[in-house]
Amino acid sequence: MAVFDLILGLLLVVLVWKSLSVSDLFGAVISFMAFGLLMAVAWVRLEAPDIALAEAAIGSGLTGALLFSTLGRLPHSEARQPVVSRTVRNGPGYWMTTGFWWVLAILLSIAFLFSLLDLQTPGLGGLLQERLPESGVLNPVTAVLLNFRSLDTVMEIAVLLLAVVVAWSMGTVVWPVKRTLPSPLLPGFVRLLTPFFLLVSFSLLWRGSHAPGGAFPSGAVLAAAGILLLLAGKTTRICPRFMFWLRWILAVGLLVFVFAGVSLMVAGYGFLVYPEQWAGALILLIEVSAGVSIGAMLMALYIGGEPDIHSA
Amino acid sequence: MMGAADIAGAVLAVAGVLFFLAGTLGLLRFPDIYTRIHALTKADNLGLGLICLGAAVQSGSLMTALKLLLVWILVLLAAATGASLIAQTAHRRGIRPWARQE
Repeated sequence: MAVFDLILGLLLVVLVWKSLSVSDLFGAVISFMAFGLLMAVAWVRLEAPDIALAEAAIGSGLTGALLFSTLGRLPHSEARQPVVSRTVRNGPGYWMTTGFWWVLAILLSIAFLFSLLDLQTPGLGGLLQERLPESGVLNPVTAVLLNFRSLDTVMEIAVLLLAVVVAWSMGTVVWPVKRTLPSPLLPGFVRLLTPFFLLVSFSLLWRGSHAPGGAFPSGAVLAAAGILLLLAGKTTRICPRFMFWLRWILAVGLLVFVFAGVSLMVAGYGFLVYPEQWAGALILLIEVSAGVSIGAMLMALYIGGEPDIHSA
Repeated sequence: MMGAADIAGAVLAVAGVLFFLAGTLGLLRFPDIYTRIHALTKADNLGLGLICLGAAVQSGSLMTALKLLLVWILVLLAAATGASLIAQTAHRRGIRPWARQE
């Protein structure tokens, strides 16, 4: 397997290089998506299936969809024409900057190597296994994400919500209208697959307590189902009431998380310090609301700005 | 020591990889989008089927075999739909199928 790992590592570097250096943006996006898929394989090889799931669903799938929808909004000439390089490839300025970055890269690599040698080999895994029964779940990754280090996860969801708020504040977009595609193939296919998407999303959410899964992959699958429905021309009409509920759905993950934390604080436990007998139920509640919110937020980012209520 | 199931699984997986190779060769060498997509979709679907079959034989568990079958069916559906959509879009944009120059 060492040969396989070596080829995988080299391919990752080559794909990163390609996605940065290729002159047309379309090719760069394709390289980036291929990089995401291979990165997921690399995480599987590192025995981290949770991260592999998240990388495949969010890093490759949804980010790819986001980048493609961005490309689709660029003027045709900008998206497909080679980017004109503004770099002057000679002269003292060029050599000085190139030298600076090379020296910096080499120094950073050496520092990284030394910090790797310094790493304590057992890490925190043993401690985690010891304390796992207190967490209320059986999957160590979920225990870290939603119990021991749940503050980090609150912040992640807050950052995602902030991204949606910023995207909405940039302006409004026309809500995608219901349309009939020239061929019935895609709508039929999406009609067949949507139940599977929902099933997988719920299954990932439920499995999170004892196996790889959880709110982030589950939300990503939910968003993917929504994006496919949009691409197949299936949407709903928007009205003020729809926007009202959409705002609540976008925010519910963060609200439930923070509300749970503050109530625990008032009850005298500390922010997001779960009492042992409540931990399992609290984590499930938080995961479900976070999963729904993450799905809605990723989809809102795909649509772009704030849906224009007057466009429908 | 390899059992009969291991050997059969390995042979099936290698056969599947050969189909992937053939499909990739077609993608690189065929003259236009329609023939390329034809080679890729057909050969890769069969290759994936053989690899899934090989993995199922090696796993020796019915549950895993059924999961692999489900994976294959879903990929078949997605690949067929995707290939058909790409070909339709190309056709609508007026890309003519390749024909041998007389």
